[in-house]
Amino acid sequence: MALLEVRQLRVEFGAPAHPLHAVDGLDLDLDAGEVLGLVGESGSGKSVASLALMGLVDPPGRVSAQRLSFDGRDLLSMRPAARRQLLGRDIAMVFQDPATSLNPCFSIGDQIIETLAVHEGGSRRALRARALELLKQVEIPDAAGRLDSYPHQISGGMSQRVMIAMAIACNPRLLIADEPTTALDVTVQAQVLQLLLRLQRERGMALLLITHDLAVVSEVAHRVVVMYAGQAMETGAVPQIFSAPQHPYTRALLDALPEHNRGQARLQSLGGVVPGQYDRPHGCLLAPRCRFAEPLCAQARPAMQARGNGAVRCHYPLDGTGASPGHPGVTVEATQ
Amino acid sequence: MLAFLLKRLAVVIPTFIGITLLVFALIRMIPGDPVEAMSGERGMDPARYQQLLHEFGLDRPLPVQYFEFLARALKGDLGVSIVSHEPVLREFIDRFPATFELALCAILFAMALGIPAGMLAAVKRNSPVDYGVMGVSLAGYSMPIFWWALLLILFFSVHLGWTPVSGRLDILYDPPRVTGLMLIDTWLSGEEGAFRSAAAHLILPAIALGTIPLATLARMTRSAMLEVLRDDYIRAARAKGLSPLRVVVKHALRNALIPVVTVLGLQVGVLMGGAVLTETIFAWPGIGKWLIEAIHRRDYPVVQGGILLTATLVIVVNLIVDLLYGVINPRIRHPR
Ligand SMILES: Nc1ncnc2c1ncn2[C@@H]1O[C@H](COP(=O)(O)OP(=O)(O)OP(=O)(O)O)[C@@H](O)[C@H]1O
Ligand SMILES: [Mg+2]
Repeated sequence: MALLEVRQLRVEFGAPAHPLHAVDGLDLDLDAGEVLGLVGESGSGKSVASLALMGLVDPPGRVSAQRLSFDGRDLLSMRPAARRQLLGRDIAMVFQDPATSLNPCFSIGDQIIETLAVHEGGSRRALRARALELLKQVEIPDAAGRLDSYPHQISGGMSQRVMIAMAIACNPRLLIADEPTTALDVTVQAQVLQLLLRLQRERGMALLLITHDLAVVSEVAHRVVVMYAGQAMETGAVPQIFSAPQHPYTRALLDALPEHNRGQARLQSLGGVVPGQYDRPHGCLLAPRCRFAEPLCAQARPAMQARGNGAVRCHYPLDGTGASPGHPGVTVEATQ
Repeated sequence: MLAFLLKRLAVVIPTFIGITLLVFALIRMIPGDPVEAMSGERGMDPARYQQLLHEFGLDRPLPVQYFEFLARALKGDLGVSIVSHEPVLREFIDRFPATFELALCAILFAMALGIPAGMLAAVKRNSPVDYGVMGVSLAGYSMPIFWWALLLILFFSVHLGWTPVSGRLDILYDPPRVTGLMLIDTWLSGEEGAFRSAAAHLILPAIALGTIPLATLARMTRSAMLEVLRDDYIRAARAKGLSPLRVVVKHALRNALIPVVTVLGLQVGVLMGGAVLTETIFAWPGIGKWLIEAIHRRDYPVVQGGILLTATLVIVVNLIVDLLYGVINPRIRHPR
């Protein structure tokens, strides 16, 4: 049984008459100790999906799912207090912008101690010692001196380390990291990512790594879910999904990587932006932007179908060479 | 911090000079003079009138009078009351505790209700609770104090008979003066019923005086909270598994209070203005009532000295509040 099981997760915003489906029937499975990459362009619903997993989508946002379970426990039918107990203890989250995710009014030590105190308790001195230990684990220099620092006194990279320390404080089994390095200086991005992965391995945590950086995912994730406009377009194991993408969208994302791009303009592979509330296509969500689109694509939305060791949501999935069998006239050279 | 203090002092000096000029001029613009006020309806023979004016030094040119007032004030001598022949400073010190007690209770009342109400309105924004709080506070803000005080007297004192109509204490009691604060002195005296009587006398004036600060604080707290509740660290705090109450009261309120404290400082001026009306209506023997009586009697030294002292007080309290702002804002307390 998977540690985290998500079936048909839906998150709606806006008036019930014309809602925006920020997440529209997402399935996820995450095993203990597994690293799952969740990728997709800006606005595809990655953050909203992760907040829904945490139970942090506020009304008027509406969350529903056929199944949303953690460690065999149904999260949706839980009392709020019981679900809160899981947060920070069994399921923890690291956010995109560390500089604003720490409360400016409390010292770093106090904020780490608070998590420990709420979930595990103990004397102030013991908790302080544990907070110090955590700061050392996330490789903060002069950890003892930093314990009483305030968030405005430390750098962004340091803040994200503190956020990570706070997240792992109670040894969670699942860590959700929503673009944990996007807001950081390029020079520290790799360090923070390495730290995150080291902790994941050492502690055997499951890690849901949200990013739009496919290069990172290809290096660290075991499996990938590619999201677009609230839906999963393709899921698969890591080497395969990058060597033989089946969905034109995955393919386009790969083409957009600089090392795959070989001087072509990025937008050649995928023009336009993620459709919003009012311009969601009736058929396949990608159809208006897809260069392989057929008349059927504009009429009917494809379902997710298992293919190989993954699944793909496409009427005309690409074959292993990156060509579209449904449209033999168009082939694309494999760029690997 | 020292630079900050010096900067503030640089503003304070011209403010003081402005205040002295203003009260000196304004009180003399009111028709009549102290001698005329003393003689009352019967009138006075012109020779005697001139003699008295000369005795009080009021027949000299105005600039001479002004500079003499200023020179003496700088030496700490505010002159003596024309009516009672008591030193102005002595009279002020005698009456100050009554006003202080009233204003303190009024602001405590305003904080005790206004901050939670604003907090509640923000958390339940756009709900009936929010509209209720904002509606009532708008009404409170716009209600003239004298009208509101009379309504309170009519209902609680006259109709229900719960509280006395005026004064600070029932004439049955005469506690020894220790602090000048009636609540404390009656409590120290241990006399049965004395404390109750003091509290009963205090409650309506405190409510009347505290209503405008209450409304201001409620609105200010609400808007500061709404701002803060959108911040990332609130979501991060919830992701730690903290209860909603803890998130709101600890993480949000602590940040929202920073701007609220600034507003609190400005309320001191509002309170002193309101005290003049409140004390007059409730026959509360404090600074406000004293000043009003002095104006009626054209007791120039009392009006000049009393207002100067009151203004000093307001400025000093504002200065203290500004320092307090530094204490509660970690960005100022702990510079980089
Ligand atoms: N509270 C909200 N109310 C209404 N719409 C929202 C809300 N939160 C998110 N959305 C919408 O949901 C969609 C998905 O947003 P989301 O933040 O999940 O995208 P994302 O994939 O995380 O993008 P990014 O890579 O920029 O972080 C967007 O169209 C966004 O405007
Ligand atoms: Mg996001």
